This record gives sequence, structure tokens and C-alpha cells, in this order.
Amino acid sequence: MAVEFKLPDLGENIEGGDVVKVLVGVGEEVDEDQSIIELETDKAVIEVPSSVRGTITALHVKEGDRVTVGQDILTVAGGASEVPIPEEKPAPAPAPISEERSAPLPVSSPMSATLVAAAPSIRRLAREIGIDITQVAGSGPGGRISEDDVKAHARQLNTAREAPSAAALAAPKVDLPLPDFAQWGEVQREPMSNVRRITAERLSYAWTTIPHVTQFDKADTTDLEGWRKQFAKKAEAAGGKLTPTAIILKVVAAALKAFPQFNASIDMADREVIYKKYCHIGVAVDTDRGLLVPVVRDVDQKNIIELAVELGEIAQKARDRKLAPEDMQGGCFTISNLGGIGGTGFAPIVNPPEVAILGVARGAYEPVFSEGEFVPRLIMPLSLSYDHRLIDGAEGARFLRWICEALENPFLLVLEG
Amino acid sequence: MNKTELAIIGGGPGGYVGAFKAADLGMDVTLIDLEAKPGGVCLYRGCIPSKALLHVARLLGEAREAESWGIKFAPPEIDLEQLKVWKERVIAKMTGGLGGLAKARNVRLVQGRAHFLDAQSLRIEKSQGGEEELRFEHAILATGSRPATIPSLALDSPRVMDSTAALALQDIPATMLVIGGGYIGLELGTVYAALGTRVSVVEMTAGLIPPADRDLIKPLEASLDKRFEQVLLSTKVAGIEEGKDGVEVRFESAEGKVSERTFEKVLVAVGRRPNSEDLGLENTRVVVDEKGFVQADVQRRTAEPTIFAIGDIAGEPMLAHKASHEGAVAAEAIAGHKVAFEPNAIPAVVFTDPEIAWCGLTESEAGRENRAVEVVRFPWAASGRATTLDRNDGLTKLVIDPQTERVLGVGIVGVGAGELIAEGVLAVEMAALAEDLKLSIHPHPTLSETVMEAAEMFFGTSAHLYAPRKG
Repeated sequence: MAVEFKLPDLGENIEGGDVVKVLVGVGEEVDEDQSIIELETDKAVIEVPSSVRGTITALHVKEGDRVTVGQDILTVAGGASEVPIPEEKPAPAPAPISEERSAPLPVSSPMSATLVAAAPSIRRLAREIGIDITQVAGSGPGGRISEDDVKAHARQLNTAREAPSAAALAAPKVDLPLPDFAQWGEVQREPMSNVRRITAERLSYAWTTIPHVTQFDKADTTDLEGWRKQFAKKAEAAGGKLTPTAIILKVVAAALKAFPQFNASIDMADREVIYKKYCHIGVAVDTDRGLLVPVVRDVDQKNIIELAVELGEIAQKARDRKLAPEDMQGGCFTISNLGGIGGTGFAPIVNPPEVAILGVARGAYEPVFSEGEFVPRLIMPLSLSYDHRLIDGAEGARFLRWICEALENPFLLVLEG
Repeated sequence: MNKTELAIIGGGPGGYVGAFKAADLGMDVTLIDLEAKPGGVCLYRGCIPSKALLHVARLLGEAREAESWGIKFAPPEIDLEQLKVWKERVIAKMTGGLGGLAKARNVRLVQGRAHFLDAQSLRIEKSQGGEEELRFEHAILATGSRPATIPSLALDSPRVMDSTAALALQDIPATMLVIGGGYIGLELGTVYAALGTRVSVVEMTAGLIPPADRDLIKPLEASLDKRFEQVLLSTKVAGIEEGKDGVEVRFESAEGKVSERTFEKVLVAVGRRPNSEDLGLENTRVVVDEKGFVQADVQRRTAEPTIFAIGDIAGEPMLAHKASHEGAVAAEAIAGHKVAFEPNAIPAVVFTDPEIAWCGLTESEAGRENRAVEVVRFPWAASGRATTLDRNDGLTKLVIDPQTERVLGVGIVGVGAGELIAEGVLAVEMAALAEDLKLSIHPHPTLSETVMEAAEMFFGTSAHLYAPRKG
């Protein structure tokens, strides 16, 4: 029996991706859980495992193809599918006589290859309310699907639909028409990568939805830099690099504890503010494919050396395209450190559904007037952008000041953080 | 031009069920058939007359079997004319009943041959003469199928019959060859053998009733060995010719051995083909595949949105009960209901003696799909009811998913298997577990207990079949 393997549901909001690499060929044996393709999706390259086994008789995708969930990837013969794969296409709605039928009709098959574990009455109910019964998880003995299971599945789909995706919200109502650039010189068109597309969608959403305010401050990190160098060896021994970012991570975690409205999200639909009892912080990483934001978990429960080690690992993972989608989800706050490149300050854009982001620019020695004279001090320019719907200006100023003071006097971390 | 909301072409078990359902849903329905009353092949030339005759065959068989129980009957006298009258009475009673049901529902019956002019109109050549043009909003194609023929075996002779001719009971020949070891050939062969004909069967493949699991075929083979003169497997009919004493048939075995024999009659039962020609489908967008089946989606809608197709014309399996179910689905779809033809189990029954019936996943299908299943069997040697009937030649088997313990398929061979399989259909459709069948009290003493005891076997042993514990 020939079985089609379709791109399965890959998790949160992933609709598909670009095929980076095809790992199997026609004529090869494929086993369940064997990786079939590498797919570049929502900011990560993931390996898609097979749910079928048998001999591959046809490959329906090649490198560079864009595929969406449900699309045919390959066909195997003599194989068996462990997971039920929906084969039936939805029945076409009754059409007026004049309507041209463009898509070919699904061919009638004598018997479905998968025996759905639901009574005929339940199958019909699912059809009536537009639920694909093969997608419903059965809670009964032997995975039998009950009426409640179908209804629960429908409710879940409705909830998911009510929360529209960032992409849907971000899509501008009208795209301004582009001029014919060729009239002014040679151009080249290239398809947008997934990372670029998603970045564009998310940032458009953030920019149009969130009333941004950016505040600037400066931290004197002369002493901190001394300690950083002093303890660098310790971090090295643990396998990490004691970077300013690792220290800032710890400082921000303490600041979030002192200012809980910065570790929050806004639920405008329900007119509620969601406060998070956890502290996961995203760190913007520059890669050759664009901006990625892996998330460091439970920053408040880790010491700076642990954070330094972990930061090194995830940054490497991001550059090696090894980040899984879940590695980039669940952040409470984001840090964007451009200090390694340069600049005297910038206004970062909040990464929704977070409410604030800290920008770090390059530290430089500046003359500071102290005790009657100018002394050279290492000054780090910091910027804080925040969602003004939730955070007032004074709060923003206090939060950023707290961070600067903690960087100048880390004793604050133990005192208040 | 006359108008109707729904025109149904073909009044068989697909067409009339669709017509009745549509009428019940409030539609104005016109049912067009070559016969004056609904029924189709099933009632006129198929299921019903063959079952009436098989009932006679069963009676004749039991009368003979009674000898070993101490009851002796005189050899039967067969009044063929009276038998035909009875058979026709059965047909008339049922088709008459359907005619009455159609009338009660205000379904308009038109006797004639329909031809599509376009996607919304038909021309009907009426049997009583004259033509009628009929404009419809929707149409259901339910024209069924007819016996297939093999051109090389086509012989224009009254000695060569198809199933329709065989059911007409022209005479009781001394010898008869049945070409084709499928259910039609074996059922009709059983009828003629009971009436006294020496019946031979020739089948091209290696076994009788190819889709059935082989363990279900074994008891039938043993029975046919006694009833039939000869069962030739893996044998082709290389040619047939009209001789002066009968039909001369040349056989060719798989090894290439050629032999010849003369039969008084030959029954060609090599399957059926869909009636999709001469309907004017070329005037519509309906798509017909190379086998003659009309392509239809899960609602049985064809590529022409106004036209639906159900029953034999819409694809395998070509079974009356499948057609009826499709007819109801198509009628509901036309009424705008969100329905689909999506059975888990379409039962198949072969009304031989013993009967063979199965539904859902068969063991051989599971093997072909490399699907892991556990098969449990309960032989009727351990059934009390089978013993009282002196019919221990039976077997009940369940095909079970070892992980979920769900019953995926049921197979039964034995007297009454066709009735017993209904429980199997319910079990597969309801996604019953082996334990559900085990824990459902079955009446004693009945053959239905074999289903329960087969389920018990899944858990190791049953009351009437002791299997020592492993290890």
C-alpha cells in the first residue's frame, strides 16, 4: 500500500518553512522517526521525522521549496503509518451551476485506510461542525473518540482562532505599490527568508500596536569592568566567557523582581495584566541569517557564571541554526547588546508580548567630574524601550536607573534583587 | 418541459433508498428505471431471487443430512415451474411493496431510458413509447452494473448463461461449468448442485473468493468438494465451442497442461461492470475512469456539481447495502447536510453453504499493509449451538489492534454467518474493544456466542475452548 507522508503539525503557530536539505532519496528505506528533511521554520532549522516506514517511491519536495503543514513530502510503498493521516479532502460545498471547478476532485476510494476510532454518529457530528475527526484525540478506552472529545477539540480550535497571529495583525491593509526600480538601474529580486519574513511581520506588529517610549541612561562600569576581568578566569574554568551581557542578564533579572510590571504582558481583550512568576530573558543574537532571540530560562535562579556558560551555548546554537522553536519562546524581557559593534545609543523595539527591552551600546571612557576634577570613567550607554500602555514614564526612568546603579554597585543585587 | 428537484436514474437499492430519503427530506423526486417498479438488479436478477433459491438448496441439503439424525425423506420431486412461480412471487411482493412506498412518498416513477442533454436536463425514452424531457436541479446516477463478459469466451448459445439467465431457471442441466470462483458463481453453483446438476467450477487464481481470508475459505472448500463435481483452481479457460452434445471447453492449467470437457451448460460469472455508457455523460463534466466507474467525492458528487453517483457505478465494492448507504448520503448532501460516505466497515457476505462473511480489516489486508494485528479464532467445534445443528464446520475470527485492543475486523464462516456479521460491523464501527465483546452477554445457546468467545480467546482462554497458559 502506498502511503503519503505529509508535513506534520510542528507545534506553535508554525505553518511551514523552507526545505534546507532533503536527507533521503527515492528507493531508500525509511523508518519511523528517521529524519527526512531539514526545514527552516520560525527562526530555526528543524529536522522533520518520518511517521511512516517503507520504501520511498516518490519525493514531492526539493531543497529550496517552501512547504506548508499538510503538504505531501514523500510517498512510501509497503509501509504502514502509525499515526492516522487524514486522506480525505473536505467535501466541496454545494456549488452553483455556473461555477467552474478548478481543482481535481478527490477520487472515491473503497475503504479508508485508517479506521477512525469513533462511532458513526460521532463521525457525523464532527463533519457537521467542520472538525477533521482524524485530528481529534480520543479519551476513551483504546483511544475511542467521544462526543465530548469532538466538542473539546472544536473549542480549542475556536480559542486558537480568536487569538489572531502576529502575522495576521501585522499585515498592512494596503501595500503601497512599488515603482519599477529597473528604470533606474539593475536590480535583483530574491525571496525573503523565513527569518526575514517573520522578523518583518513581528516588528511591524510591535511598531503599530505598542506605543513606544525610549529612555536613555548611562552606567559607570569602570569598577564592574575591573571585577569582570578579575573573575574572567573563573568563568573560563566553567567553560564560559564572562561577558558584559552575562552580567547584565543577572542585573535585569533582579530589576524585574524589583519592578514586576516589567515582567508582564497586556491582555487587552480581557482588560487584564498578566504578571509572570518566572524569569526567562531573551538575548538578541546577530547571525548570518538575521536576528534571532534565544531565551535563557530561569535567569533569577542562576549565578552569573552559569549564565555566562549558557549564553555562550545558545549563541553558538543560534549561529549553527540548531535552535528549536521552543528555544525562542516564552521570554519575559529582551536584551539587545550592540556594544560589540559600536554606536552611542539606539531605540530598540519591544518584542511582544513582552513590555520592555533593554538596549546596550558600546561603553567608552568619558571624563566624569568627580571630587573637583575630571576623571576618566568607563561609561556604558543604556536605552530602555517600553510599552507605554502599561508602564509610565517615571516607572521607566526608575527601572533604568536601578539597572545603572546595580551595574555600578552590584551590592544592590543582593540588597533588593 | 417537466421539472423535478431531484432526478434519480436507476431504481435499484441505491436509487430507491436515495429517492425515498430525498422525498422524506422534502424534495420533489423523479425516479427513472427500465422496470415499472423499483428494485433493480438486486430484486429482479440478483440478491433476492438467488437467496430464495439458496433457501431451497439449503432445505434440500438438510433433508439429506437428516438421514444421519434418523429422519428419512423420499428423494425430492422438483417442480421447476412451481419453483419459478414462487421465486417470481417473492420478487413481485417486494417490488410491489417498493412501488407502494414510492407512491406514499409522492416519488414519481418513470419507466424508460434516461439520457443527459446537459448538466440540468434529461431526455427519457419511455418504455411505453414517446419521449419526455425533464429539467432537474440535481441528479443521482444509480445505474448499477451488469455481468461482465470475456470476449474470447463469448458464445452466442442458449447453453452459455450469465447470472441473469441462470436465475431464470430454464432447466436443470445434467452438467454445468461455472467460470469464475467468486461469490456469484459459487452461490448459483450451489443452487444448481442442490437441484441435481453436476457442477464444476474453474477459477483462474489460486483460490476461491480471492478477497476473503484463506482460513475462512477452508470449510467452504471442504463442503464444495462434496457438492461439486470438480473445483479447478489456477486454471484458465482457453476456449469454448458449441458442440453437438453441449459446450466443449478447453482448459489450460498454470503449468500449461491442456484438457477438454463437454458441459451441458456453462455459467460465466467473471464479475460485473458498471453501466456508465449510453447515458449522455459526454454532455456533462462527469468523469468516468478506464474501468467505467464514475468518479465521485466523499459525498458522491461527481465533477459535475449537479450530478451525484452512487452504488456499483461509483466504484467497488459492488454491493447493494453499500449502494443504499451512498444513496442516503447523496440525498442528504443534496439537501445541504454536511455528510459523507465514511464507513469503517462494509460487510461482505457470500451466501454459500457454509456462508462466509467479513467486515473491516481482514487478516490478509493487515499483512499487505504491514500492520501489526493480533488474530484470534474460535472454531465452531467448541460451539454448543453448532453441534445441535450438526454444523461444526465454522470459524469466528477477530482481527485486533494489539496496542489499543480495538476490534478492527471480524470474519466468520459457518451457517448463518451473514446474519452474525452484523455484530462485527457494529463492533468495528463503534470502535469496540475485545473486552467490550467479551463483557457483553450473548444469548445461549446461539452461534453469536462464538463472537464473545473469540474475544475471550484474546485474553488467553474461553469457557468452551481451553488453552493452557503459556509458560
